[in-house]
Amino acid sequence: MPIISIRELVVEYDGRRVLDGLNLDIEPGETMVLLGGSGSGKSTLLRQIIGLDRPKSGSVSVKGVDVNHCSAAELKKIRHSIGVAFQSAALFNSLSVKDNVALPLREHTRLAPSVIELIVWMKLAVVGLADSSNLLPQELSGGMKKRGAVARALALDPEILVLDEPSAGLDPIVAAELDELILLLKQAFHMTVIVVTHEMPSAFRIADRIAMLHQGKFISVGPKDEISASQDPHVRHFLDRIPEHMTNAISVAAHFEKYLHSQETRQ
Amino acid sequence: MANVLEDVGRRTLNELDYVGSLNIQLWSTLRAMKSALPLLGNRYRWQATVRQMLQIGYDALPMVSLMAICMGFILAMQGASELRRFGALQYVIGLVAVGFTRELGPLLTALAVSGRSGSAFAAEIGTMKVTEELDSLRVMALEPIEFVLAPKYLAALISIPCLTIMSNSFGIVAGGLFMFFSTHLAPLLYFRYVLESIALRDVITGLVKSLAFATIIVHVGCLEGFRVRGGPDSVGRSTTSAVVKSTFLVIVADAIFTAIFYFTVKP
Repeated sequence: MPIISIRELVVEYDGRRVLDGLNLDIEPGETMVLLGGSGSGKSTLLRQIIGLDRPKSGSVSVKGVDVNHCSAAELKKIRHSIGVAFQSAALFNSLSVKDNVALPLREHTRLAPSVIELIVWMKLAVVGLADSSNLLPQELSGGMKKRGAVARALALDPEILVLDEPSAGLDPIVAAELDELILLLKQAFHMTVIVVTHEMPSAFRIADRIAMLHQGKFISVGPKDEISASQDPHVRHFLDRIPEHMTNAISVAAHFEKYLHSQETRQ
Repeated sequence: MANVLEDVGRRTLNELDYVGSLNIQLWSTLRAMKSALPLLGNRYRWQATVRQMLQIGYDALPMVSLMAICMGFILAMQGASELRRFGALQYVIGLVAVGFTRELGPLLTALAVSGRSGSAFAAEIGTMKVTEELDSLRVMALEPIEFVLAPKYLAALISIPCLTIMSNSFGIVAGGLFMFFSTHLAPLLYFRYVLESIALRDVITGLVKSLAFATIIVHVGCLEGFRVRGGPDSVGRSTTSAVVKSTFLVIVADAIFTAIFYFTVKP
């Protein structure tokens, strides 16, 4: 039975269709990478999976529970089993890194402060931030912030780990370190990992399966080898980095000429 | 004509939507307030409440005191300049004492807190929205109303009446200083006249007003923060809007309360 099941999902913002009838099953323990260009609907899909936004139609079920039609208590229970690291890290600026990681433990468990401190130290050690636990988020580099967000997402030992653009804006070495961290987490904790990214080296390093989004629709879903061998033109454009809207001197000159002509007509 | 009617209709609907949102937010906060209470609630929430009390109350004390002293002098001097002509200078004492406890103390405090803390609430929550911190609270199964708003509201309900009492005291002391320097009225005699002038209902009506002002300042500030859309520029707009709207609503509420007390409370 899939741990996450998406059926005929349609999402619209101000009448503009962002996701158009998506269907996807994610199996327990697999790493699913949602790949696609900017504006393809990856982050929107992620927000649907974690129950932050409501769809126009269709359903998203996590562990067999429809996140849009369940009770508040059920949604709370589901959210306890999902750890999310946002693209902007979203660490609380007024709290130190260790307090950020301790927050879900303090709020949702009755563990003694000493036990919480030990768990926090372990989570920070896993992501390599044990020595920076007392720093505030604004004192951290971009990569450290993202690792801090992963540590917080891991705090309650979730079954599902969701990472939104974990390597965006990071240098290749830090991005590679994050990829290795994701593989380590999957290996050590047998988590279901969902990663949204448009970084192809990262996607092919960590993925079991890849779902490729284009203009709100899945154009290809399958194991990474299948995706890399795909002959679909949109997939090939993306993988081979072929621009879809070429700009060259001739087209710029044509636009300029059109503009001058329109000005002359107005005069 | 149709456009004007359409515009009026749209603006009316927007204002009704705003008032409705304020009401929903107020009831949700009242339901979540238990978590911020000492002993009964969550101890981290109570710690946040104490921090907020220091920010709203203690940090604003120098500013509110100075404003109250200036206003006390102004009221006494303006009153004295007219009353001296009728040989009724002693009525300045009643004017300052009753004027401050019923009206100026609560209003002055509310305007100072609105400028300091109302804008800070909007900026804090707006920034949390822009940086996805509110979303990360939701995915950790923590409600922003309970986590962010309830401690602020409880803190304001405690701090603003306390600040109002301080404001009343400083205003009355300023009136006493004026009387001492202009008529050599002994301070002890001045305070005896003050106690004779004000009744308990004057103090109570002032405190009731300050509770209403606290509600307006916190809820308008926080709602403006929650309604932030887009980037950092909208945080700036929400901050300005929080101060303008809360100042306006405080004065409207003051007029309503004063009318109610005037027609219902008989001397």
